[in-house]
Amino acid sequence: MAELQATAAATEIPEATGASPDAGSDQPAKIAARNVNVFYGTNQALKDIDLDLGGNEVTALIGPSGCGKSTFLRCLNRMNDVIDICRVTGRITLDGEDIYDPRLDVVQLRARVGMVFQKPNPFPKSIYDNIAYGPRIHGVANNKEELEEIVVTSLQRAGLWNEVKDRLNVPGTGLSGGQQQRLCIARAIAVSPEVILMDEPCSALDPIATAKIEELIDELRGNYTIVIVTHNMQQAARVSQRTAFFHLGEMVEADETEAIFTNPKDERTLGYITGRYG
Amino acid sequence: MKVTLYLIALVLIVGFGYWVGRRRAFAVSGGRPAHLHSLPGYHGMFVALWCGLPGVLLAAIWFFVEPHVAEYVLVQNLPAEQLEQEADRLALLIVDVKNIAAGYNVFREVTPELEAAAAAYNRVFEIGRAVMLVVALCASIAGLAIGRRLISPDLRARNRVERVMTVVMIVASTIAIMTTLGIVLSLLFEAMRFFGRVPFFDFLFGLKWNPQTAIREGQVAAEGSFGAVPLFAGTLLITLIAMLVAVPVGLFSAIYLSDYAPKRIRATVKPLLEILAGVPTVVYGFFAALTVAPFVRDAVAAFGLEASSESALAAGAVMGIMIIPFVSSLSDDVMNAVPQSLRDGAYAMGATQSETIKQVVFPAALPGIVGAILLAISRAIGETMIVVMAAGLAANLSANPLEAVTTVTVQIVALLTGDQEFDSAKTLAAFALGITLFAATLCLNVVALHIVRKYREKYE
Repeated sequence: MAELQATAAATEIPEATGASPDAGSDQPAKIAARNVNVFYGTNQALKDIDLDLGGNEVTALIGPSGCGKSTFLRCLNRMNDVIDICRVTGRITLDGEDIYDPRLDVVQLRARVGMVFQKPNPFPKSIYDNIAYGPRIHGVANNKEELEEIVVTSLQRAGLWNEVKDRLNVPGTGLSGGQQQRLCIARAIAVSPEVILMDEPCSALDPIATAKIEELIDELRGNYTIVIVTHNMQQAARVSQRTAFFHLGEMVEADETEAIFTNPKDERTLGYITGRYG
Repeated sequence: MKVTLYLIALVLIVGFGYWVGRRRAFAVSGGRPAHLHSLPGYHGMFVALWCGLPGVLLAAIWFFVEPHVAEYVLVQNLPAEQLEQEADRLALLIVDVKNIAAGYNVFREVTPELEAAAAAYNRVFEIGRAVMLVVALCASIAGLAIGRRLISPDLRARNRVERVMTVVMIVASTIAIMTTLGIVLSLLFEAMRFFGRVPFFDFLFGLKWNPQTAIREGQVAAEGSFGAVPLFAGTLLITLIAMLVAVPVGLFSAIYLSDYAPKRIRATVKPLLEILAGVPTVVYGFFAALTVAPFVRDAVAAFGLEASSESALAAGAVMGIMIIPFVSSLSDDVMNAVPQSLRDGAYAMGATQSETIKQVVFPAALPGIVGAILLAISRAIGETMIVVMAAGLAANLSANPLEAVTTVTVQIVALLTGDQEFDSAKTLAAFALGITLFAATLCLNVVALHIVRKYREKYE
């Protein structure tokens, strides 16, 4: 289904794939960004970003702190709208639809493009209600049984079911950091998005919890388009198929992950991945 | 005058002590202050404390002891036959002699003996104080010498100074607690006296409030009845009306301020709202009595109803306006304290702003909001001026907001206004009401603080 839409999108706006600056990908782009500039007040955070994000694969955004990768990520589901002084220009399309089109309902966009944040942020509600929140507000489930079904499958897919199945009524805030983050992923999955954005999802977690999340990301790849911001280059290498390197608000280079890490074309990429700066 | 001189001298000595301490510290360090255990400033403070504390303590003790010593001397100087009267007559005599000493007129013949006693009484103050101040100053100077001698490079001056400061802080915090305790105890004792005359349950559950008692024997007056239920009912009614005004208005403005208002508007509107809390309650009082109450009466008349010109509705509504800032400002604070990450989480799920507020922000802030409302309620219950001016004095047991009702605080004012004798049930009733009110607001505050504290743990 997603792929079908993506193909349709490709025919609608040929530049999304045709003029792709990184034509290494053989899949049509799920999300295409063209000439994206972001300003915080007078401060320009992103400069002319052109980037395609393929469907059903994991794209990692890497780069030193403050390079704009999180800002770019937040453009993709318009989370930057929340910030008053933030201004976005350029064009970002999801399956060919301009997501900054004034006619587009941002609520529906965010239902299609879910997000997981750096710090786990479960709602101060029960585990069950945390997951059920999204389906409820979007009216996905017709009755209690369907809702329960969604909650259970979401928890199962997030690999949390076995740990919490006996205590769905305890507050989500009482779980460990890693469990909370998987709860947040389950919460995002529950509204069946097409894309999941992850903003350094493991930076607050220990190595074991990190490994679990990485495993989960790899499993989810089959059904979702995943974009992950990470500071951990091993993580980028482990979980992603494609990697984009950001530096000082510019997208320096985007390619197959293996190519980026073994044979970067740009000096700056080489410098960053070999640890000379960043 | 002497005390003023003493204080000036004390300040000078303490200042001098600081200077001496610093200099001495420099001297013993051999010009290298880094060799000292503590910075020279702490050595200065150390000597200054040695100058100040012993003298001040001595002086303070004397000021507490002085009146007792003086009274003892006074009694010793009274003629022997005067001492053989009843205890309370003697006490009266002592008070009169003190008045003579102070130069007031007394209702008794001033005999030379009494004048002598008064003079002796006065002399204690003159001599005692002079001696004491000299001794205290000597203690300060001795302290200066001792402190200076103690200074050495190894002296842990900082630790000692800080220990003294800790004690000072403990004393400061104890003062507030002790004061509260004192107030509670005095209320309690007077209330006990009241309950000695009026049975506790008559007070708590009686339905009739008519605190008129016969002042002198055989006076034609109703035997007073002290059933406090009408007062509690009136207080509750007015508080309820106030909350009906304050909670919706306060909460909606809090929600607007925390989640909808642009930063610029919030920065202006919030202080403006808080000004409401700064308006003196007496101003609200005449606003209620002169503007709102007649308005309520006229407005209700349009519906063919009759309202008293002092109605619970007017007082309650104005009180509600007064406590809006309590609700709005505190609620806004707790809603602002809900982490942005929670809002982001909800937005990222595709929740609208109102869904986010209703289902995430508000529930997360709810304990804090409940705390804010409880604090506002305890404020409303204790509020006096508005109800004195606008709610009336009639102790009606009525749930009709258009009638005049009275509250606990209004009755306390009424009971204690004018000439009173402090051992009649009527006056003592004020203390019983006071302690009941105190207990009620204390419970509310404890509950409110408990809830607020529980809320604080949530995001840590």
